[in-house]
Amino acid sequence: MMSPLALLLALLLLSAAGYFIGRRKALYAADKAGGPNMLHSRPNYYGVLTALWCCLPAFFLFILWLAFEQSIITSLMVADLPPGLRNLPQERLSLFVNDARNLASGNIVSGEITAEMRAAAAHYVNLQGIGKMIAGVTVLVVAIAGMLFVHRHITPELRARNQVERAIMALLIFCSTIAIFTTIGIVLSVLYEAVRFFQQVPVTDFLFGLKWSPQMAIREEQVGSSGAFGAIPVFAGTMLISGIAMMVAVPIGLMSAIFLSEYANKQVRAVAKPLLEILAGVPTVVYGFFAALVVAPVIRAGGSQLGIDVSSESALAAGLVMGIMIIPFVSSLSDDVINAVPQSLRDGAYSVGATRSETIKHVLIPAALPGIVGGILLAVSRAIGETMIVVMAAGLSANLTANPLQAVTTVTVQIVTLLVGDQEFDSPKTLAAFALGLVLFVVTLFLNIIALTVVRKYRERYE
Amino acid sequence: MSSVAKKPSTGASGGSGRERAIDIVNRRLAKRYRVEKRFRFYGLCSIIASVVFLAVLLTSIVGNGYTAFFQTYIKLDVALDATMLDRADPGGSDYQGIIKKSINKLYPEVEDRRSKRELYALFSSGAAFQLRNTVMENPDLIGTTVTLWVPADDDVDMLMKGHIKRDVPESGRRLSDKQLGWIDRLAVEDRIEKRFNVTFFTAGDSREPELSGIWGAVKGSFFTLLITLVLSFPIGLAAAVYLEEFAPKNLATDFIEVNINNLAAVPSIVFGLLGLAVFLNFFGMPRSTPLVGGLVLTLMTLPTIIIASRAALKAVPPSIREAALGVGSSKMQMVSSHVLPLALPGMLTGTIIGMAQALGETAPLLMIGMVAFIVDVPGGFTDPAAVMPVQIYLWADSPERAFLERTSAAIMVLLAFLILMNATAVVMRKRFEKRW
Repeated sequence: MMSPLALLLALLLLSAAGYFIGRRKALYAADKAGGPNMLHSRPNYYGVLTALWCCLPAFFLFILWLAFEQSIITSLMVADLPPGLRNLPQERLSLFVNDARNLASGNIVSGEITAEMRAAAAHYVNLQGIGKMIAGVTVLVVAIAGMLFVHRHITPELRARNQVERAIMALLIFCSTIAIFTTIGIVLSVLYEAVRFFQQVPVTDFLFGLKWSPQMAIREEQVGSSGAFGAIPVFAGTMLISGIAMMVAVPIGLMSAIFLSEYANKQVRAVAKPLLEILAGVPTVVYGFFAALVVAPVIRAGGSQLGIDVSSESALAAGLVMGIMIIPFVSSLSDDVINAVPQSLRDGAYSVGATRSETIKHVLIPAALPGIVGGILLAVSRAIGETMIVVMAAGLSANLTANPLQAVTTVTVQIVTLLVGDQEFDSPKTLAAFALGLVLFVVTLFLNIIALTVVRKYRERYE
Repeated sequence: MSSVAKKPSTGASGGSGRERAIDIVNRRLAKRYRVEKRFRFYGLCSIIASVVFLAVLLTSIVGNGYTAFFQTYIKLDVALDATMLDRADPGGSDYQGIIKKSINKLYPEVEDRRSKRELYALFSSGAAFQLRNTVMENPDLIGTTVTLWVPADDDVDMLMKGHIKRDVPESGRRLSDKQLGWIDRLAVEDRIEKRFNVTFFTAGDSREPELSGIWGAVKGSFFTLLITLVLSFPIGLAAAVYLEEFAPKNLATDFIEVNINNLAAVPSIVFGLLGLAVFLNFFGMPRSTPLVGGLVLTLMTLPTIIIASRAALKAVPPSIREAALGVGSSKMQMVSSHVLPLALPGMLTGTIIGMAQALGETAPLLMIGMVAFIVDVPGGFTDPAAVMPVQIYLWADSPERAFLERTSAAIMVLLAFLILMNATAVVMRKRFEKRW
């Protein structure tokens, strides 16, 4: 029996051996043909080629095995079950299989342990052992076969370098397409569950409904058509909090960027920039804790001093702290954009007698406006998608209000509350999280693409 | 520039009307300078505002958290009665009972059951475990009396740290007057003191604040980040090299680029949804494990690493490439032995920054079930684990006052790691940055 890690290590060792074998063979063949200069490629390439042939096919096989190991072994186990068990209805059979598997791996079992289950688990462990053995042997045999195959083909004329480079190129291309696969993965996974949600709750109810209470729908055994999945209050809450955040972040961030790039001397910049970077590097969970622990009570106390009733999970607290979090983001984006404005524009304004602030207000900002707007859009997208601050400091109940002193909820808060804990992938409650996720993804995608195009166009203008 | 502005800008001679143009200009000038000053002041204010926010944030966390590095312990003389302990199997004895007996000996006057229960509540339930470990390590102690410093209950700890006020009426505080009296007696007898909180750095999570620690979360974070690093650095490097050095300029590569830039701005929670749907539901990977967490964080940090790596590659001057090609190397050789070594420091810097981002990330990990209450310190990539930020989130949710200071202390540890990583990145950038 061989654990996957040991197998991987063996494969690595074999490949290393393959490298030296291939290299030696190449040198040997070259010697016979009249010296190392007769080789098409440097000797190392023959070694690498051998190593690649040794490990790539075997590794591929190994991954395949890892992916399908469980399902193959499970189906084998089911086939060997006593007929009385095998003819159970589908759900009960799968429950039994799950229990047996859990028993085999030493986890907690849902029901009581029967003798059959014990037998099945033992059989499972047995099959697992055999499977591992077969897989290990096959992988190693394939590795050695690959090595021998190249070894026989090594001649001074073999274009080893070209082949190795082609393989590396394939790897590079594969790595750069991972971004595409990730996007496709996001779209498919979110869309699939969202479509299942929309089969139970009409899209229009979701997008335009005014009442959001996903928990209630479960308790009363009703399918969400009662209007409990109307997401408008959730969207409104998101916009309210993001709006407050932007009101804090945009002026402060923009003015900081202007001050740092146009007014501050070197020393101030050397101190202020790292401080802003620290602010940017603080994890959002820390901001969330800060909002709940410090900011919300302060606002509440301030409100009661003025005789105003402030919710302890007010949108204002979450929005303010989120704004603080976004300041460095806005400031660094604006800084880039302002620095990209050519010096000639500033010089032109100064030469007709404008003061610095007039130059900034009438020349720099109009010139940099597309870039600044792009940066702000990116910041909005960041505010909408921000999770931890609102999870820790904003409320859970979906109030449709524009009053920043009341508790509102956001898209991300709802996703987290719906998905943390028990998940039932057939109830609209769990699936609603994916529908919200879809909306979140689409909106941020839209904002990002607009922002990125605007910023790119802007950069090109002054390049 | 002021000398420019003082000259009359209109060519007209100043005689039109009672006022000369120069006077109007000068008067306006004063106003313009005031505006200028005000504008500059606004700029300064916003910088100061950011700095003040940072200062308030840090001081509130340090102020709340530094006390968690100390914990109240109580000295207890425990008689290891040979009748209560089985020498052959010391693990199975009733240590809770032994501890209770020693507490009774300390306060012989407490007799009724309710008072006794209140008395026992002063001591952490961890005392029995501590005693058990002591005896297991050295079974020869059986029959003797040992002096142990056992952790006090979190309420006692909070009282000693001044978070439970004595002047609050009895009904409004978590310790009764009777309990306060017992604690005062302990203090008089020098049986209670604050010591460095080792448990905080060596234990996993616990329901009891005085027994909880961050070691489990630190290890969980370590395993998760290891997976992230091992996957995202090579993949990010390869992708950056392809896009910057080899990719033809066509629709396909444009599409890849748009994708990468967009993924860098996608909310992190969406990556959590992806992980939940693909890694957990489709591939059936184990929940709450560093393996899945690492995979999700890999996808999340890849764009950051790719973008930083491409910038590093771009900074290598073309002359290097031309020289390599000129002496007959292939394009792949040119990249691997000339461009990459020069760009590597920049790429590593980007990777460290990406890792720091991953270390502080919470939201996607909530989606893949890393919010479970996990007591055991994880030992590998497939053990259920918490990570540092998730631990902070969990503790922040706990009602006990003692968890508040532990949350802040955990944040301090997390921030220390982050600052260390970022400082490394800055030092590396300074040291290896080359201006061509």
